[in-house]
Amino acid sequence: MTATFVGMPAFPEAARRALENAQQRHNLAHATGTIREKRASVVAEVDEWEGLRLAGAAIKDHTLRHLDDQLLALESALQERGATVHWARDADEACRIVADIAHAHDLDEVVKVKSMATQEIGLNEALAAEGIAAWETDLAELIVQLGDDLPSHILVPAIHRNRSEIREIFRTSMGEVGRPAPDALSDDPADLAAAARLHLREKFLRAKMAVSGANFAVAETGTLVVVESEGNGRMCLTLPEVLVSVVGIEKVVPTWQDLEVFMQLLPRSSTGERMNPYTSTWAGVVPDDGPQEVHVVLLDNGRTRALADEVGRQALRCIRCSACLNVCPVYERTGGHAYGSVYPGPIGAILNPLLRGVGVDEQTDSLPYASSLCGACFEACPVRIDIPSVLVELRGQVVDAHRGGLPKPEAVAMRGAAWVLSSGTRTARSERAAAFAGRLLDKMPGGRRQGERRVLGTIPVPGPGTAWSQTRDVPVPAKESFRAWWSRTDGGDEA
Amino acid sequence: MSARDDILAKVRAAVGEAPEVAAVPRDYRRPSQSSGEELLDRFVERVEDYRATVTRCAEGDVPRELERLLDGARRVVVPDGFPWSVPGGEPDEGKSAAELNDVDAVVTTSSVGIAETGTVVLSHGAGQGRRALSLVPDLHVCVIHTDQVVAGVNEAVGVLDPLRPQTWISGPSATSDIELSRVEGVHGPRTLHVLLVG
Repeated sequence: MTATFVGMPAFPEAARRALENAQQRHNLAHATGTIREKRASVVAEVDEWEGLRLAGAAIKDHTLRHLDDQLLALESALQERGATVHWARDADEACRIVADIAHAHDLDEVVKVKSMATQEIGLNEALAAEGIAAWETDLAELIVQLGDDLPSHILVPAIHRNRSEIREIFRTSMGEVGRPAPDALSDDPADLAAAARLHLREKFLRAKMAVSGANFAVAETGTLVVVESEGNGRMCLTLPEVLVSVVGIEKVVPTWQDLEVFMQLLPRSSTGERMNPYTSTWAGVVPDDGPQEVHVVLLDNGRTRALADEVGRQALRCIRCSACLNVCPVYERTGGHAYGSVYPGPIGAILNPLLRGVGVDEQTDSLPYASSLCGACFEACPVRIDIPSVLVELRGQVVDAHRGGLPKPEAVAMRGAAWVLSSGTRTARSERAAAFAGRLLDKMPGGRRQGERRVLGTIPVPGPGTAWSQTRDVPVPAKESFRAWWSRTDGGDEA
Repeated sequence: MSARDDILAKVRAAVGEAPEVAAVPRDYRRPSQSSGEELLDRFVERVEDYRATVTRCAEGDVPRELERLLDGARRVVVPDGFPWSVPGGEPDEGKSAAELNDVDAVVTTSSVGIAETGTVVLSHGAGQGRRALSLVPDLHVCVIHTDQVVAGVNEAVGVLDPLRPQTWISGPSATSDIELSRVEGVHGPRTLHVLLVG
C-alpha cells in the first residue's frame, strides 16, 4: 500500500488550508512561472517534439503490453552482469529487502539518491525503525529532511521554501546530523549550495552503501539510468561498495536505442534544460569501477493494479518529469502537500487512486476532483498521458464505489432533475412553473442585475451543500422557456 | 507463490487479453541539417551555454593547452591510457575516495560529444578513467576530438555501448533547487573545461 502523508485530510480541506499560506503561494507562483518559461523555450527548439512524444508514448505502451516478457529479460540481463535481482510486491517487502542488505553488512547508515520509488514506499522511515540512518543527498531532499518537512514537488521537493527559510533550516539543523553550516551563511543560493556540498561530502566519503531509484531500466542489456543535476547521484552510484536500486516495474524500456527518445523528452520537460548536467548509466557490476555488489529491487506496490485499469494504465507511462505540476492552475495555488502524497499535482491525482484503488479512503477518493479539467497537463506531458480523461474515468469509479448507503445531497438533486427531465410532460410543467415564478419575481424589488438578467443572490442550503451554493448566484428564471418561445413563434419565423 | 511469480501473474492477468499496440513511430529521426564547422560551432555554443569553457586547438598544441588549463592545480590525477603527458600528473593507482578528495584536478578523454545539447559522454575506458576519477576532484579538463562530435541524442545513443558504464556531462555540476535559480557547482567538479582538438 502506498503511504499517505499521515493525518492528511481530503483535498478540499487540505487545499483550503494551503491557500491561507500567502508565503507558499508566492513561492510557488514564482517557481512554477520560472520553470514554465524555461520548458517552453527549450521545447520550442525541437522540431520533432510531437514525434518524440508519440514515440515515447508508443514505446511505453508496447512495454506495458508485454511487461512480463520485458521484466524477465531485464532480470536475466542484470543477473548475467553480476547484479542480484529482488522482487517486491509492496512497500513492506521492498523496505525489508533493503534493510536486510544493510544489516548483512552491519551498517547503520546509507546515502540516498533522490528517488520517487523509495519515497513512495517510505524507505527512510522503515530504515530508521531498523536503526539505519538514510541520508538524503539531493539538495532539495536535504532541505526537506533537515526541516522535518514533506516533499511538495516531484522534481523540486522544497519548491514551497524560499531562500531565507532554507538558510534557517541549514543553520538550525545541519549541526545535529553532521558538519554544521558555516557561521556566516547568507541566503544567496550559491552560498547555500556550498554549505550543502561541505555537509554532504563527509557522508559521501565514508558511505559504504547507497540506495537509488532509476529513471530507466533497459531490458535488453540490464542498463540502469539515473538522470540528475548536482552530482550527488554520481557520488552515491560510484563511491560506496554496495548499491541497491529500487525500480518500479514500469521503468523498463525494451532497448538501449529507445533511450534516445526519453533522453530528449525528460530533461526538456523536467528542468527546462537541453540536457541535465549528469546522467549515469551502468549495467550490473563493473569490474574495478564503482560498487562491486549491486542489487536491483523490482517494485510492484500497486502498479499491477493500475495496469489492469484499461483507461488508467497509461499513467504508467509517466517518467516523473513534473511538467504537469508546473502548468497546473490548481497545483500552482494549493502546492503539493494538499495532495497528501509524494506524487502531487495532476499526475498524483490519477496515480494515487490507480495505485491504491478507490473506495478505500476519503483522501484518495478526493484526488480525481482536484482538477478543473482544463487539459494543460495533457498538453505538457512528454508521453501524452491523457490526464483529464483518466480523471473523469476515476471520478466515475469513485461514484460507483460509493453506491448504496445514504445518498449525498448532490445525488438527491440529480435524481430529482433526472425524473423531471426524462419526461416531456414533466419538463414542460416545470418550465411553466419556473416562467410563472420568473414573471412574479421580476416585478419584486431587490436582487441585482447581471447583464440582461436579474439574479437573486445565493440560496442558503444547510449542511455540506453550503460550500457549493454560497459561491453561486441564482438567476431569476426566464419569463418564457425556450420550448414555449419556439412553439409560440413557430421556430423563430414569426418573431 | 514467490513475489516474482505473483507479480508476473498479476501482470499477465492485467494485460494478457489487451489488444496489441501499434508499432513505435520513428518519424522523429530526421537526418541532421548541420555538419562540419556548423556542427562544431553549435557544440561550442551549447557547451558554453551551460557555463563550461571550450578551447579549440590543433593536435600539436594539446600539451600546452593542458598546462594552461591546469594552471593553479597542485595535484592532477591522470587516468591510465591518457594519450598526452601531463607535467606533475599522478597516475590513478586505485586511489580511495578520500585520497581523490585531496586531488585538485583530473584530465580525461571522452567518447562522444553531442552538439545539440552541449554534452560530453565518458564511457570510462582507457584515457577516461573509472567513474570516481572525474567526479571527486573539483576541476575536470575533458579532451574531445572534433570527429567525436555528433549532431544529436539519436546519433550519440547509436554509437555508445550500453554495457559500458557511462557519464553524460552537460556543464559543471548544478542545482536549481533553491527558488529554481541555477547555481553551478554542487557535488561534482565545479569547473569544467572542454578541450576540442582538431
